[in-house]
Amino acid sequence: MKSWLTTTDHKRIGLLYFWTAFGFFLIGGTEALIIRAQLVRPDGGLGVSAETFNQLFTMHGTTMIFLALMPLSAAFFNFIIPLQIGARDVAFPRLNAFSYWVFLLGGLFLNASFIAGPLFGADRLSVAPDAGWFGYANLTSRQYSPGPNVDFWLLGLQILGIASLAAGFNFVVTILNMRAPGMRMLRLPPFTWMTLVTQFLVITAFPVITVALVLLMFDRFFGTHFFLPSGGGDPILWQHLFWMFGHPEVYILILPAMGIVSEVLPTFSRKPLFGYTVVVYSGVLIAFLGWSVWSHHMFSTGLGPIADSVFAGTTMLIAIPTGVKIFNWIGTLWGGQIRFTTSMLFAIAFIAMFIIGGLSGVSHAAAPSDLQQTDTYYVVAHIHYVLFGGTILGLFAGIYYWWPKMTGRMLSETLGKWHFWLTLIGMNLTFFPMHLSGLLGMPRRIYTYSSELGVAGFNLASTIGAFVIGVATLIFFWNLLRTRSRPIDAPADPWGGATLEWAIPSPPPVYNFTVIPTVESRMPLWQTERHAPMTALPARPPAPIHVPGGSWWPMLTALGLPVMAIGALSHLIPIVLGGAAVVIVGIYRWAYEPFEM
Amino acid sequence: MPLVLAAVLLVLTACSGPFPQSVFAPRSDFSSELDGLFQTVFWWAVAVFLIVETLLLIAIARFRARPGAAAPKPVHGHTALEIGWTLAPALILVFIAVPTMRTIFATAGHAPEGALQVEVIGHQWWWEYRYPALKISAYNELHLPVRTPIQLEMTSADVIHSFWVPRLGGKRDLIQGRTNRIAFRADSTGEYGGQCAEFCGASHANMRLRVVVQSDSSFQRWVDQQRANPATPAKGSPAEAGQQVFRRSACIGCHTITGIAQGKVGPDLTHVGGRATIAGALFPNTPEMLQRWIMNAPSLKPGALMPPQNLSPQDLAVVIAYLQSLK
Repeated sequence: MKSWLTTTDHKRIGLLYFWTAFGFFLIGGTEALIIRAQLVRPDGGLGVSAETFNQLFTMHGTTMIFLALMPLSAAFFNFIIPLQIGARDVAFPRLNAFSYWVFLLGGLFLNASFIAGPLFGADRLSVAPDAGWFGYANLTSRQYSPGPNVDFWLLGLQILGIASLAAGFNFVVTILNMRAPGMRMLRLPPFTWMTLVTQFLVITAFPVITVALVLLMFDRFFGTHFFLPSGGGDPILWQHLFWMFGHPEVYILILPAMGIVSEVLPTFSRKPLFGYTVVVYSGVLIAFLGWSVWSHHMFSTGLGPIADSVFAGTTMLIAIPTGVKIFNWIGTLWGGQIRFTTSMLFAIAFIAMFIIGGLSGVSHAAAPSDLQQTDTYYVVAHIHYVLFGGTILGLFAGIYYWWPKMTGRMLSETLGKWHFWLTLIGMNLTFFPMHLSGLLGMPRRIYTYSSELGVAGFNLASTIGAFVIGVATLIFFWNLLRTRSRPIDAPADPWGGATLEWAIPSPPPVYNFTVIPTVESRMPLWQTERHAPMTALPARPPAPIHVPGGSWWPMLTALGLPVMAIGALSHLIPIVLGGAAVVIVGIYRWAYEPFEM
Repeated sequence: MPLVLAAVLLVLTACSGPFPQSVFAPRSDFSSELDGLFQTVFWWAVAVFLIVETLLLIAIARFRARPGAAAPKPVHGHTALEIGWTLAPALILVFIAVPTMRTIFATAGHAPEGALQVEVIGHQWWWEYRYPALKISAYNELHLPVRTPIQLEMTSADVIHSFWVPRLGGKRDLIQGRTNRIAFRADSTGEYGGQCAEFCGASHANMRLRVVVQSDSSFQRWVDQQRANPATPAKGSPAEAGQQVFRRSACIGCHTITGIAQGKVGPDLTHVGGRATIAGALFPNTPEMLQRWIMNAPSLKPGALMPPQNLSPQDLAVVIAYLQSLK
């Protein structure tokens, strides 16, 4: 127990990220199921109140983005990146632990709002955030959202932003500085490349939301008017700031999954990634362009025809590098010898489903067309084809691929195939009809809809599909859990992978590599035209290896942050100061902690 | 599994018209432009979808691993292919971008000279319409003359809302402190459904609206009706008794009836009897519905500001008679 609380081992932190994020994934999924149950029929549904429904969709979006998908990617960053670049750990192991604890505590803080009502004298149990995951001003002002709901949201996101930023800097430094000898930038595995790009997006996008949240906090706590027209402020300023973060965030969510797919497809086709450099540069280009498209979320706000044209144009440009990636993935499959493992099925389905989300995205980029689609279920369909059909299927591919490496235990392929097919059928049954309900006039974020719209059948289909996904996820959960009682017998390289993580035992020893390998090609474990596979590493380290000991200070420092947030929530300055003191003492002790333990 | 699929098909075929908020049945120049652009994008998307998914299916069907086969040739890439599949999407995008830009400027929201101007003001959770040239106002139900250029100038009294009547045009947000415009000309008479499309709090789902597009003569009749003073109830009628109850109850704090009350919080009720719906175009304007609404509005529309009214059954009945008399 103590060893887990104080661990600075990137592999343990990776597992902590995985299980925590998976827990939040189940919570976010449960929220989605309640939402779908309520919409199963029109004119009042199953009787979920408007207030509860608004909390559910707000928390579903916030949870899935910040507490499930980002940290599930982070589980792989942590576990796999040091292995792929031939390192013993990340650059800043204690900072890494700090990121995890801040993420966990931030997530618990946000979700505590579901039962915190009585503490704030509310007449209901739940005071969960209820202004949408996008928290548009001026609905979030004290005047229109008087309760603690929005405070939970803004303080929770502020805490989570610290975790993301710390991890972002850590991984940029790790990937740039900790590469094994010979691991040149264009020899990095594609997953590592996409992680690097993602982390640059994190460290540039999160400061924007941080600033926006600080301004919102000032509006709500100290009576400023940054976003309030009544005092000369501008609610559209919030939308610009939010989407300057929010659109790069979309790529923060999808690029790691693209990286995973670029690992899985070559391994199970027994062919190198087709057009490696083009795939890498496309990822970089997507990230750059991702910065120049934010206002396509705001076509209905009346930006004027010039701005609409510019943002429509930049948005369409993104389709080019995305299309290039898809063609290169198909090129990787072409001429290969494809093994249909569960991981591979998810990776192939990623391509098939992501195309649908990408193409509906083009209809949003056509700004006037988007005026009919924005804020309808058509957008809900689009984002779920991208984030479920893309990110989640990609993450599943990664879990089946790397689970043996992470735990030393193989997942069941039989259960895996059930999981795959039910997920694929369920997601299409859920999200495809939403295109139609949206175009037939059903707005999103509504707790009930009129039977006159004629979309009840589509909604029924979506609800059935959602529960199919729910069953599939339970099968997956069972598949994960049952490995815990299995022997640790996974081979070092169960799939015939090309990258360094497959050169060491499963699970890897605490020091990862007995000797740091020297890398001579992009696929060190494969025979290529010019390079023989890397020689096996010695089974035992030839010299003693120093690994850093654990530390309490990352966790204790992290504990100060939710204390500060609780103080702010309850307007008790002494608690804020107490939390700040914990943070300061924690950082001080951390800084002066002896290197040897 | 086949059972599930059969059930799904059954469900999907059970969906049938008339789809009052469908974007596929445009009835104005604005919505027709948007529909045309969507069709352009849609057919390109279908073509790309078919090509890419076919390639993917061929790849996984043809190149499945066979036992004993030699290792595949380690192809690292192909420059001509890369250039080709970079240019192909770029070219397709040109065919989408050009009509997109054209439509952006064509639908920028400026009506020609002489258009009928209507100010739209969003409230949590109802709509107010002012016709400055005609010196009248309307609530939730927007009346417009057919084949006449319309200029809507939109703003909000509180949070952001979005005006959306799919068959007449795309959405535009209503933002406090700003004025947004859309312009269109309805092609045919009829009633068009719509609702708020920007999340605006508890009763966002209940912020609906109707647009009644009328022939010039019936629009003129409606305008004359709105300009007239409210009908004076006949002596001794239930409506007259209702007027007395209205005067001495909380109603006057929030609602206006010309000559009777000047409240500004809720919609003007001067001609409420002439409307087809109440409560933000949410319920039919029937005595039963009015009764339930007056007795407990927040239970029907979460967050509604009108508190439950504690009226005796007799008072309630005559107030409803009075409201219904206000044609």
